Amino acid sequence: MGKTAAGEKHEHPNYMGIFWALLVLTVAEVGAAWPAAGPSYPQFLKGALLVIMAVTKAALVGAYFMHLRFEKRTLAMIAITPMLLCVFLLFMLMPDSM
Amino acid sequence: MSQAAVMEHGVEPAESPLTPESWGKLGMWVFLAGDAMSFGGLLAGYGAMRVATTQPEVVGSLRWPVPADVLGIAMTSVMTFLLICSSVTMVKSLAALQDGDLPKMKMFLGLTILGGVLFLSMQAYEWTHLMHRGIYLTSNPYGAAQFGTTFYMLTGFHGCHVFGGVVYLSCVLGKAMKGGYSPTNFNGVENVGLYWHFVDLIWILVFTFVYLL
Repeated sequence: MGKTAAGEKHEHPNYMGIFWALLVLTVAEVGAAWPAAGPSYPQFLKGALLVIMAVTKAALVGAYFMHLRFEKRTLAMIAITPMLLCVFLLFMLMPDSM
Repeated sequence: MSQAAVMEHGVEPAESPLTPESWGKLGMWVFLAGDAMSFGGLLAGYGAMRVATTQPEVVGSLRWPVPADVLGIAMTSVMTFLLICSSVTMVKSLAALQDGDLPKMKMFLGLTILGGVLFLSMQAYEWTHLMHRGIYLTSNPYGAAQFGTTFYMLTGFHGCHVFGGVVYLSCVLGKAMKGGYSPTNFNGVENVGLYWHFVDLIWILVFTFVYLL
């Protein structure tokens, strides 16, 4: 039995289920980016699909493997804040790239 | 001690407010948040440089090459799968410890270390292979020089984190072999698990943005 931050016991999440979800998403990502096999489609669509899949995989790892889903919300905020700041940083650097 | 008493007497609370199990867990999360900013800076810099070299007016050898045409996606996909598997064995190790199954916990911890060592071996092989093709830190025959620079910086920083994680996991396994952990004393394993999942999470992002995009 695992323990929440409050010390209550809870069942372990379905770790193998999360593993299969990560595997399917990884295969889908490689399929979307495979140079010769995939059909040609707009670069921005490929980019959007890859980003969505990557963020979903990262969220699954964070929420279930790192146990954030069962922790206090403030701890999740500590974890998520750098991600938001990094996205902000990327957009702030764009004018220098154009 | 009550909150009011703590505030009145200025004594440190016995429990971490956010992570009552241990202060070490909060410390690990704060460290990971800072480490995420480090990788975020590297990734944002990579993104800005790549956007700059794919503008229409940038031509010929100054353009960013398409990573999927230059880098080995197949082998890197196997590396990604390996790291995901090692994350699963890590979380199963912690679950086994919490359930009181110590032999299973040590087995899964050993498998996690094996996954990390295999990942590092494949990364080393990939680097050697790319260098034989002329892709170096400051130049490459496929396009913009920053392609090689950002590739080696991002994968190198991540590889160093994996190496550090393998050493850290080995220390935890060593302590586990001496009976240092129990179902009520599992914070050490939990903290190394957090670090290892973070390493996997960063690789998910690096794999997507450097190899696939």
